[in-house]
Amino acid sequence: MKTLQPPAAAEPRPAPPPAKKDRRSWTGWGFIGPFVAVFALVFLAPIAYSIYLSLFRDQLIGGNHFVGLDNYTQALQDSQFWDSLARVGLFLLIQVPIMLGIALLVALALDSGRLYGKSFFRITIFLPYAVPAVVATLMWGFMYGTKYGLVRDINDAFGVTLPNLLSPDWVLASIGNIVTWEFVGYNMLIFYSALRVIPTSLYEAAEIDGASQWRIVRSIKLPAIRGSIVIATIFSIIGSFQLFNEPSILRPLAPNALTTDYTPNFYTYSLSFNGQQHNYSATVAIIMGLITMVVAYVVQLRGMRKGA
Amino acid sequence: MTTSVTTPAPAKSAPKLRTPRKAYVPGKPRRSKLLTGLMALMVLYTVVPLIWLIISATKTQDGLADSNGLWFAKHFALWSNISDTFTYHDGIFGRWLLNTLLYVVLGAGGATLLAVLGGYALAKFDFPGKKGIFAVVIGAVAVPGTALAVPTFLMFSKMGLTDTPWAVIIPSLVSPFGLYLMWVFAAEAIPTELLEAARMDGAGEVRTFFQVALPLLAPGIVTVLLFTTVATWNNYFLPLIMLKDPDWYPLTLGLSSWSAQAQTIGGDVIFNLVITGSLLTILPLIAVFLLLQKYWQSGLSAGSVKE
Repeated sequence: MKTLQPPAAAEPRPAPPPAKKDRRSWTGWGFIGPFVAVFALVFLAPIAYSIYLSLFRDQLIGGNHFVGLDNYTQALQDSQFWDSLARVGLFLLIQVPIMLGIALLVALALDSGRLYGKSFFRITIFLPYAVPAVVATLMWGFMYGTKYGLVRDINDAFGVTLPNLLSPDWVLASIGNIVTWEFVGYNMLIFYSALRVIPTSLYEAAEIDGASQWRIVRSIKLPAIRGSIVIATIFSIIGSFQLFNEPSILRPLAPNALTTDYTPNFYTYSLSFNGQQHNYSATVAIIMGLITMVVAYVVQLRGMRKGA
Repeated sequence: MTTSVTTPAPAKSAPKLRTPRKAYVPGKPRRSKLLTGLMALMVLYTVVPLIWLIISATKTQDGLADSNGLWFAKHFALWSNISDTFTYHDGIFGRWLLNTLLYVVLGAGGATLLAVLGGYALAKFDFPGKKGIFAVVIGAVAVPGTALAVPTFLMFSKMGLTDTPWAVIIPSLVSPFGLYLMWVFAAEAIPTELLEAARMDGAGEVRTFFQVALPLLAPGIVTVLLFTTVATWNNYFLPLIMLKDPDWYPLTLGLSSWSAQAQTIGGDVIFNLVITGSLLTILPLIAVFLLLQKYWQSGLSAGSVKE
């Protein structure tokens, strides 16, 4: 993946002049060495090991032997894998735009200077970010329930029968709501931080031209924070592809709706830890990683193009 | 009303990050009741679950079943719930809390230290392989963390590290995002001339870093520390695969095991403790965020943050 563009004005300055370059050229390594060492152990080594695993198969007869791309052809014909991929695909097509759209609207509202009690809003909407996924999921899981939850209270109070939010038809939307609740404030803060550093001169120029509020949003604010919108989109997509916590923690409440191959990640986890199929699990994980990287890269290219 | 934006000027004696400007709106912005009302709806969505959690933590197991979710039950059981949470199963909840603190101090603290050292190197030194390192680290951010989990587990089990705290701490030590943030921050906050001057005066690299660079990096360090703390405190997948022994669980894993045991045959149903434990788990983080607001907000603006 190409390097992400750091925001303008945050470009690192060129390194000190190479006066004593020889003496100092390796000094930097002294500082970055520890990070690189641990990074190699927990990122690079597992990636390499994963690739190695994906090329072998462990069989009762003959033990561990090289099978080339057999695991990959198996994965590409595996309907469980494709179903789980389709599920997270659907999830991200609906959940990511909704979440980022709300985050953007809230950030623009905060930046407009037209709210009473701005900092109160900023903090309260951000708060769910501090709530662990486990707690958020348990909490919403209780609330969705018809026995203890708010759904029960609504049914009782209004004499209606809401659909069972933990049924197969609804559970994906229910998970989407949990993820939105967790991250909408975080994304809002990213957009808001980007809006705060737009140079005032642009607004002054717009005022002289008599531009309306909407025009300012469309022609100044949105283009100026495009970079952070692209970044937030990429990270949300990566997050959707990795969906695991919410379905796995909700599973006890909705065992029929949430199978152990519900998402690609849940599937690789089950393959490895319930089925002991480490080689095949690594293969599915690699394919998933590649798909994620390709999608992230395409989004970045499209997003950074001028006039998209 | 408006302050002009300071562009990152060449080094002054006291380097300052760009301060976010005050809201600039042509003329006087009219406060809008409609917009405020819409935002209030958004706040309701955010806060109602938390209010539900607080109210539910005051109820017994029976109270949960027969009282409205957003109002108190007849019997106010918060204190007994808290003491039950800490005494249940020989007080394992307290042990989980200490484990979580251990993982945060060593994991998030270590991750921050490595990110600060690395970010300083990227911002202020030229060394062989610098471009390569950065490209690889940023590329790695796109690799799904969970895709690495299975091979990491297999590697660690060969090394005999699984089911020990190290299996959770070591992977937490790397925060590519923290490295990026510190790099951007150090580039802006540390004038190169200052480092040159310190070296002229005969300070070694280590001393220069600790006495000159570190104090200037403080706001950025707090921001990175906050975000690595949240990541470690909220981590679930990594401990889930690495740990079998409940004695080493962090809070997140412990809570989900309590919740799951209600579904097993003959399991003890302790939803009131799951809810109370959940509340106790989020309070420290929310408190930290509220207390350190100033820092993380300025740190975010500095890097126009991305994770």
